Amino acid sequence: MTDIAPGLIPADARNAAREVRKRKLQAFLFVTPLLVFVIFAFVAPITTMLYRSIHNPTVANLIPDTLVALGDWSGEEIPDDTVLIQFAADMKRMANDRTSGQLADEINRALPGMSSVVKSTARSLRRVDDTEIATNGAALLIEANDRWADPATWSAVKAAGQAYSTSYYLTSVDLERGPDGNIVQRDTQIYVKLYTKTLRMALIITVLTILLGYPLAFYMAHASDSMANFLMVFVLLPFWTSLLVRTTAWIALLQTNGVVNSTLLAIGITDQPLELLYTQFSTILAMTHILLPFMVLPLYAVMRGIDQSYMRAAMSMGSKPLGAWYKIYLPMSLPGLSAGALLVFIISVGYYITPALVGGTDGQMISNIIAFHMQQSNNWELAAALGSLLLVLILVLYWLFDRFVGTDNIKLG
Amino acid sequence: MKDLGSETFLRFDDVKKSYDQKNLVVKGFNMDVRDGEFITLLGPSGSGKTTVLMMLAGFESVTSGDIAIAGKSINRTAPYKRNIGMVFQNYALFPHMTVAENLAYPLTVRKMPKAQIKDRVAEYLKLVELSDFGDRRPGQLSGGQRQRVALARAMIFEPTLILMDEPLGALDKNLREQMQFEITRLHKQLGFTVIYVTHDQTEALSMSSRIAVFNDGVVQQCAPPAELYERPSNAFVAGFIGENNFVPGKVTAIQGNTVQVQTDGGTVVAQLAEGLSEGGPCQVSIRPEKLFIHPTTHAYDNALTVRFNTRIYVGDFIRYYFKLPDGTDIIVKVLNDLSAPEFDDGAEAQLLWLASDCIAFPAG
Ligand SMILES: Nc1ncnc2c1ncn2[C@@H]1O[C@H](COP(=O)(O)OP(=O)(O)O)[C@@H](O)[C@H]1O
Ligand SMILES: [Mg+2]
Repeated sequence: MTDIAPGLIPADARNAAREVRKRKLQAFLFVTPLLVFVIFAFVAPITTMLYRSIHNPTVANLIPDTLVALGDWSGEEIPDDTVLIQFAADMKRMANDRTSGQLADEINRALPGMSSVVKSTARSLRRVDDTEIATNGAALLIEANDRWADPATWSAVKAAGQAYSTSYYLTSVDLERGPDGNIVQRDTQIYVKLYTKTLRMALIITVLTILLGYPLAFYMAHASDSMANFLMVFVLLPFWTSLLVRTTAWIALLQTNGVVNSTLLAIGITDQPLELLYTQFSTILAMTHILLPFMVLPLYAVMRGIDQSYMRAAMSMGSKPLGAWYKIYLPMSLPGLSAGALLVFIISVGYYITPALVGGTDGQMISNIIAFHMQQSNNWELAAALGSLLLVLILVLYWLFDRFVGTDNIKLG
Repeated sequence: MKDLGSETFLRFDDVKKSYDQKNLVVKGFNMDVRDGEFITLLGPSGSGKTTVLMMLAGFESVTSGDIAIAGKSINRTAPYKRNIGMVFQNYALFPHMTVAENLAYPLTVRKMPKAQIKDRVAEYLKLVELSDFGDRRPGQLSGGQRQRVALARAMIFEPTLILMDEPLGALDKNLREQMQFEITRLHKQLGFTVIYVTHDQTEALSMSSRIAVFNDGVVQQCAPPAELYERPSNAFVAGFIGENNFVPGKVTAIQGNTVQVQTDGGTVVAQLAEGLSEGGPCQVSIRPEKLFIHPTTHAYDNALTVRFNTRIYVGDFIRYYFKLPDGTDIIVKVLNDLSAPEFDDGAEAQLLWLASDCIAFPAG
């Protein structure tokens, strides 16, 4: 029995407890839709993605016996005949199951050029007798393609056979495990450059939206209501038109014989159309335009709450307008600025559509390469690793932001 | 207290202001302020008091006319060069700075050496009795404390002129009285000139050297509190400052400083105000506390017959409501003692008062 305050009879206590339970249930019902969304559209996919980036059981499922046999292979020369025979048997089975193509893709990722080797080997082993393979499999395999006599090939098979591996993360940062197991630079350096470029572009876009958005929000926040509402319509206008339409509008403007180029030609600033579309420049330009509202709205909301008496007080005390702005207004509007900057930066780091449409090769960002690996190269594991890395990057940046600016300094209104 | 300088320190010369190019919000504002005076702009909301203050501080432009400090026009001086301290109604303390940093701000702007700033801040914190609060943020202070910080911040750079726009408007009654006292004390101690804006007449009466009663963009009267109360120069001031009864009548004779007025309840003698002419309509104003109900031991020159309507018990005094034959209400304040009479409904009564306690204004 719990303690009951004097004057509170058990029936009262029960009633009060029932009331509390009812409130809790109500509160829970109110947030349920949000919770469901978060779990199904956020937590679950991200967990799957994180798992997928380190877990790839395809090869392990296709040739489990070969991999067991390869277990105590030294890695120095061609594996034992038992391994080769087992692999030949597996190849024959896969050729008949029509699963050899999957193996070809997977091994090709570990060692480029292996796709055709695997496929042709599978073809030539398909009709060979089982007893023949059991006795003479090793020779048949090497006869089908002499690359099976190369230890490097078997290293690749063994590497691809690992169900859990960090190799996708290594690839994401342009590293790989060399033949001796050491981590070395890959020949092709793509992803680190792409990450840096993505961050740099996001930073430029954020700075541009600040430069454009801050004065606008300032003017709107201290203009008359009717003026502010009028301008707000223009700020929100992009939200009411489809993203595709806005992006295509930029294509119409920037293309070789588009509005901008024909104007420049007409006034004689250039005598040749400029390369504007399908560049980093066009991506940054279009994204600045599209993301501007995300900067203006939180800034406006915060500035709206800053009474003009603060600036006046500062000036009455002898501060020049610019000094008063820097010392008084800027710190007071910082919560809005932080919120806007964080919003724009994070959105642009993961932006996909606009760079895909107006970016060309030069203006691609990390999301575009992730999409490429999911849609075209079918390398979901690498896509997952790249995505996870992006997530980590953003979390780190958020942490840094929290350290230096403080998240309690964020205000959306 | 510093001696009031004899010559003008601040002068408004026919200052006008229009926000919309159509209507004048301030219509020809004239005032001379001497050094060290405590001037209050008192008027109903929307009468243009804040506008005058903002023009003086430089945050609103002057449409026409001239504002001069020490003989020099400041119309074209930037606000930050005017050296005018200001206390805002919402205090405008910088929320991201501590109290000490708030106080240091005007000194830092003036590039005063750090050590000196520290001493000065400590001195002014002590002056407003907040020595232990220097490290707090404004958000952690009570309303009265914030008010005192705002005051200290407006004074700390030793401006010759301090403007206050309804600085006590957000405080409750007790705190307001305490702060009125505080402001008066600091004004006497430091001797700066104050232009104080309020719509609260008790505040104006208790603090000011002179009050400018503002209505409709024009100064109706600018005079010391007692004169304003005792000798209002027109019916608006008489009605706005304190309570007043207005008895309508007709001027029958003007003799020197006094005037004879024929009212429905009898002929009365009153002080003469400007703009009266023999035979013209007028209204005689008498304060409720200057009226006595017959019989009385007080001296009187005038008597008026009225009917009792009702009485309201207020506590330390009782308010009697009478009606003139023409229906005009007359209020009498009587101290709550044994002499307070009882009346039946509609009973006749005689109200008595001195001719020197009433003024006849032209009927507006
Ligand atoms: N910035 C402004 N723009 C337009 N009209 C204003 C502005 N400030 C004040 N007014 C108008 O001027 C008149 C006087 O206002 P104000 O000086 O604030 O009066 P008070 O301080 O006596 O209440 C009001 O009718 C108000 O609507
Ligand atoms: Mg005002």
